Amino acid sequence: MAMLSIKNLHASVDGTEIIRGLSLEVPAGEVHAIMGPNGAGKSTLSYVLTGRDGYEVSSGSVALNGEDLLALDPSERAAKGVFLSFQYPLEIPGVPALTFVRTALNAQRKARGEPEMTAPAFLKLARETAAGLKMDFEMLRRPLNVGFSGGEKKRMEIFQMAMLSPRFLILDETDSGLDIDALRIVSEGVNALRAPDRAMLVITHYQRLLDYVKPDRVHVLVKGRVVASGGPELALQLEKEGYDRFEKEAA
Amino acid sequence: MTLASALKSGDLAQLPGRRDEDWRWTDLRGLIRVVPPPSPAVESVPANPVLNALKGPEYVYANGRVLHGSDVGLAAGAEAEIVRRFVSARGMAGMTAGMAGEEGMAGAPSGMTGHYLKAPVEVGAGARLLLVDSFEGQTASYAASFHSAIRVARGAVLERIVLLDDGPEAVSVGLTEVELEPGATFRQTVLATGARRQRFETRVRHHGGGARVQLDGLYVLRDQRHSDQTTVVEHLTTDGEAAQLTKGMVQDQARGVFQGRIVVAPGADRTDARMGHHALILSDRAEVDAKPELEIYADDVACAHGNTVGALDEDALFYIRSRGLPEPEARALLVEAFLGEVLDRIEHVQAHELARAWTGRALRGEG
Repeated sequence: MAMLSIKNLHASVDGTEIIRGLSLEVPAGEVHAIMGPNGAGKSTLSYVLTGRDGYEVSSGSVALNGEDLLALDPSERAAKGVFLSFQYPLEIPGVPALTFVRTALNAQRKARGEPEMTAPAFLKLARETAAGLKMDFEMLRRPLNVGFSGGEKKRMEIFQMAMLSPRFLILDETDSGLDIDALRIVSEGVNALRAPDRAMLVITHYQRLLDYVKPDRVHVLVKGRVVASGGPELALQLEKEGYDRFEKEAA
Repeated sequence: MTLASALKSGDLAQLPGRRDEDWRWTDLRGLIRVVPPPSPAVESVPANPVLNALKGPEYVYANGRVLHGSDVGLAAGAEAEIVRRFVSARGMAGMTAGMAGEEGMAGAPSGMTGHYLKAPVEVGAGARLLLVDSFEGQTASYAASFHSAIRVARGAVLERIVLLDDGPEAVSVGLTEVELEPGATFRQTVLATGARRQRFETRVRHHGGGARVQLDGLYVLRDQRHSDQTTVVEHLTTDGEAAQLTKGMVQDQARGVFQGRIVVAPGADRTDARMGHHALILSDRAEVDAKPELEIYADDVACAHGNTVGALDEDALFYIRSRGLPEPEARALLVEAFLGEVLDRIEHVQAHELARAWTGRALRGEG
């Protein structure tokens, strides 16, 4: 059984259907890439999977380890292990990053019926994780993402991901706004989370990120559907030839 | 034209109402249709455990009378922390008094009684005082008027925290008039949960150069509560600095009012005055009214004001929920963070903690 199973999904935003019969399976332990032109529905898919208000599913199903995800609200999905790394992480003034992560972690544990993580255990984990991502620990005492550069925000996303230890990771255009050094550090952080009991969906417009986070499978998303799937070589082919051929076929 | 004079004289025409420009959003004349009889004397009031963290003497006033304590007078060079509790307690049952009820039941018996109090404060030269003024409604309905004349002498520092915990049907009006000598510092944070009508007005005048003023406010309003924070800062001579920040949250059918007037007199050069008021409206039926007024008669002045009213950021809300916080917690986190900017400006450590705990309780809806 695949960890994530999407079957014939249809979803719309403001009455316009964006996802039009999308099916996808991601087995545990694998990294799948979703590539597609602008407007293909890549970000919409990430919001549908995480349960954002205003993204209406009209038919189809999404299951995580056999459990229906669509019936759950965003926080319940997070507690089940779904994590979305945002393309544009939000700034939360007045809430120190560390406080935010601890609050989120303990809310998830509470929802799963687990005990809260103690403050010393949390700090120890945070220090180790920050060191691994070459982050200045002092940055974690500042309000979340406020005044952070694009690269710092993405690093902060990966820090949160590592701290929350999700089972299914969605990376939405994680490479956008990153210079080559930041891209390498962020990718190392992502690769460190690869595990047999974890799966990832990497959403990207360009092939660049996939040089660092090597996918097991690549899917081409055009007009809300997967129009082609293949191995990592498909990403290289798309980089050379563009999406034209697939867009014509979809039309 | 004050609530106090109406209570003293029994003359309803003394009440300020919507035709008075400074009271247009806090109409008392349309609300009070019968002058409430005097509140009865109260012999004792229960302790307030919230204030236990503070050291220093506690002065207690109930229904406009002193239970224990005195006027506050701090000698030159002294340091002190003083808590003043202004308690409004239950009047006798069955008294006829009245307010216009929700269905226009003018003069309906409600048991409302009225009281007023003057409580002056003197802070001597070079002295430092933390003053916590706690207004506590231990009954739902009353009309209370409060006046405090505060003088802060040369080089003295007064930090004042005002907690407004009025009853839901109360009419509560406070006026503080502050005179600052050269080099004096006055910092105030007013925290309010509102009442049927609640007005807390602070007027500050500084006569000498170099006065420092911080006038902050925070309100958390639910149900049909109303709260009005009004300030007037008059810079009469040079080199005054005033920083004001008021933030609030309104939901249900609540109404928040902020009026801030800054007057810079002719010749009061190098005045630096900043005023901000920012509110979150969490329901379609809640309302916020704001009126910043700048009257500047000097040339060399830095003056800035900002005023915003908005809803919670839905993108931020989803971001927080997607990390595992259920929606109510995610909303509370955003609101608390929004209001926290005001709390972080309170320098005194215990006062800061007191204000933060107060705000947490107000947001959780605990009285």
